Amino acid sequence: MDWTLLFQLVLNGLIVGTLYGVVGMSFVLVYKASQVVNFAQGEFLLIGAWVCWWLLTQWQLPFWAGFLLTLAFMTVFGIVLQVVVLRPLIGEPVISVIMATIGLSIFFQALMKWMFGVFAQPFPPIFPADRVEIFGLQVQTAYLLSLGISIVIMAGFAWFFTASKHGLAMRATAFDQQVAQSLGVSVPKVFAMSWAISAMVSAVAGVVVGVVNGASSGLSAYGIKVFPAVILGGLDSIVGAVLGGLIVGVLENLAQYLDAQWLNWGNMVQVAPFYALILILLVKPYGLFGTRNIERV
Amino acid sequence: MTPAGDFRTSYRADMTIFPTRGSRVALWIGLALACAAPLVLDRYALGLAINIGIMGIAALGLNILVGFTGQISIGHAAFFGFGAFASAGLVEHGVPVVLAIPLAGLATTLVGLVFGLPAARLKGLYLAIATLAAQFILEDFFARAQWFSGGVAGRVTEPFTLGPLRFDTENSYFYVVLAAVIVMFVAAANLMRTRDGRALVAIRDHYLSAEMMGINLAWYRTLSFGIASFYAGIAGALYAHYLLFVSVEAFNILFSIQFLGMVIIGGLGSIMGSLLGAAFMVLLPEVVQTLVELLQGGAIDRALHLGNGVAFLKEMAIGAAIILFLVFEPDGLARRWRLIKAYWKLYPFSY
Repeated sequence: MDWTLLFQLVLNGLIVGTLYGVVGMSFVLVYKASQVVNFAQGEFLLIGAWVCWWLLTQWQLPFWAGFLLTLAFMTVFGIVLQVVVLRPLIGEPVISVIMATIGLSIFFQALMKWMFGVFAQPFPPIFPADRVEIFGLQVQTAYLLSLGISIVIMAGFAWFFTASKHGLAMRATAFDQQVAQSLGVSVPKVFAMSWAISAMVSAVAGVVVGVVNGASSGLSAYGIKVFPAVILGGLDSIVGAVLGGLIVGVLENLAQYLDAQWLNWGNMVQVAPFYALILILLVKPYGLFGTRNIERV
Repeated sequence: MTPAGDFRTSYRADMTIFPTRGSRVALWIGLALACAAPLVLDRYALGLAINIGIMGIAALGLNILVGFTGQISIGHAAFFGFGAFASAGLVEHGVPVVLAIPLAGLATTLVGLVFGLPAARLKGLYLAIATLAAQFILEDFFARAQWFSGGVAGRVTEPFTLGPLRFDTENSYFYVVLAAVIVMFVAAANLMRTRDGRALVAIRDHYLSAEMMGINLAWYRTLSFGIASFYAGIAGALYAHYLLFVSVEAFNILFSIQFLGMVIIGGLGSIMGSLLGAAFMVLLPEVVQTLVELLQGGAIDRALHLGNGVAFLKEMAIGAAIILFLVFEPDGLARRWRLIKAYWKLYPFSY
């Protein structure tokens, strides 16, 4: 047994898990508000990271300015996407909506490859020290930052949904669209807002991963990894998404540990979450915190 | 020409696939033209036609699942790939290719049923995610299972033979695919006229009502998954013996999405549409390629570096086509085709 490796992997798992949690949260946000399963969530990370990279390297902006501009761009992008592509599909069967987001996903993946190439591009160095040591374990500075940002985002979500007017409107819409509408909530605005927030928050995660590993087309894989996380937590539970993200992050790193120590199958880190996903769907399809759909005729 | 009004007096007449003499004549002329195609077309065009046929069979299977039963699968390429590897593997163990193709179809059905078991309990969205997992698990399995897929190196296989005849050129293999297309499409058209086929449609339209009318939901959902996998397996096997080489990386998620795109573009719940959608998806990259070549050297090419990005432009075209069809023509090419027929039926008095 290699305890240091195990601890390192669990720590990595928790850190990556918070990122999955953040992406999962923004996924659940869109699902709750507008009943759209967004297969293009990973592309939000991808686009966010590339835009930030472009601003930092081509325009030589300082990190904070580039970061804020990226967030502003992603907000607009999310709204435009919702208005142009998803609004015409309201009321269409679930397969059409899923397919539209899948179409968006391949479109933007290919567009990003075309514009920025297929190779990973490093971000300019942002922190003086690349990694710090905590209890004898090496941790990337950017990951610490990401942990901080993730916790801030989660706290922000909690405040937004319990105290702010728009957050309450969004919850009302998720609960019952017609009732919300009759109480004066503008449902189209809520839809657009949920997409804007989702795109922006995912872009934060994208930039953080980009700072650590460089911006690359591999970022869209986060959009796929988010499915095990949100299914585990329950599709319509924000708390569940965070918890599911953490569990999936730790799980895939433990799978890698098992693999490296004993099994030597290779690639377990990629596939283990999907085995878990099938199991969850068989045993408890509504996840840990999801609402069980009761059929009424 | 259909007469105004409905003069059918028996169920038999009501259920017929080709209701008018015109449609039957068109069918035979179409078949004759298809048979004569290798005499006229060059190898490249024939290769495209073969691809359309193979993809059409796989798309038809997916359409039975998605369009007729209302279940979603994002793992169709993995089953397609399983059929290809299974057939290649069987041939390696001395099974003649003629037998290996249907056997590969059956093997794929079994695998499909295993992954379709969740389908008995899940629907819509949850099933889509389960099949997404199946896609990644099977892809990983292909990459790892050296004995099954030849690992990273891929697997070389034999051409289709029947007695002394060898179907190893585009000209000859075209007839194999044509025969398979006819058999599989006739089978599907007939399936939809049976009790089982109508049960699938009933589940799509309203599963609670269907259950109340005595349709076993779990059984039919799983069955539909099995049929879809069978079609994918057969198409995959045909693909393997056309290319004579199967490699792991071909059967990725983009390929699965292309199958879904074919079904959407062709028209959900349309047998003819599956073939139209497959033709659209196979020809779309060719059109993009031609456009890029036309623009070569021009100002647009220099500004956007089109030449280097052809591969990405093709992927973008697929994504854009799916979205545009969903927004502007949700019923797909099959509906467009019906409109064209309706227009010419009363020409020139289209009112």
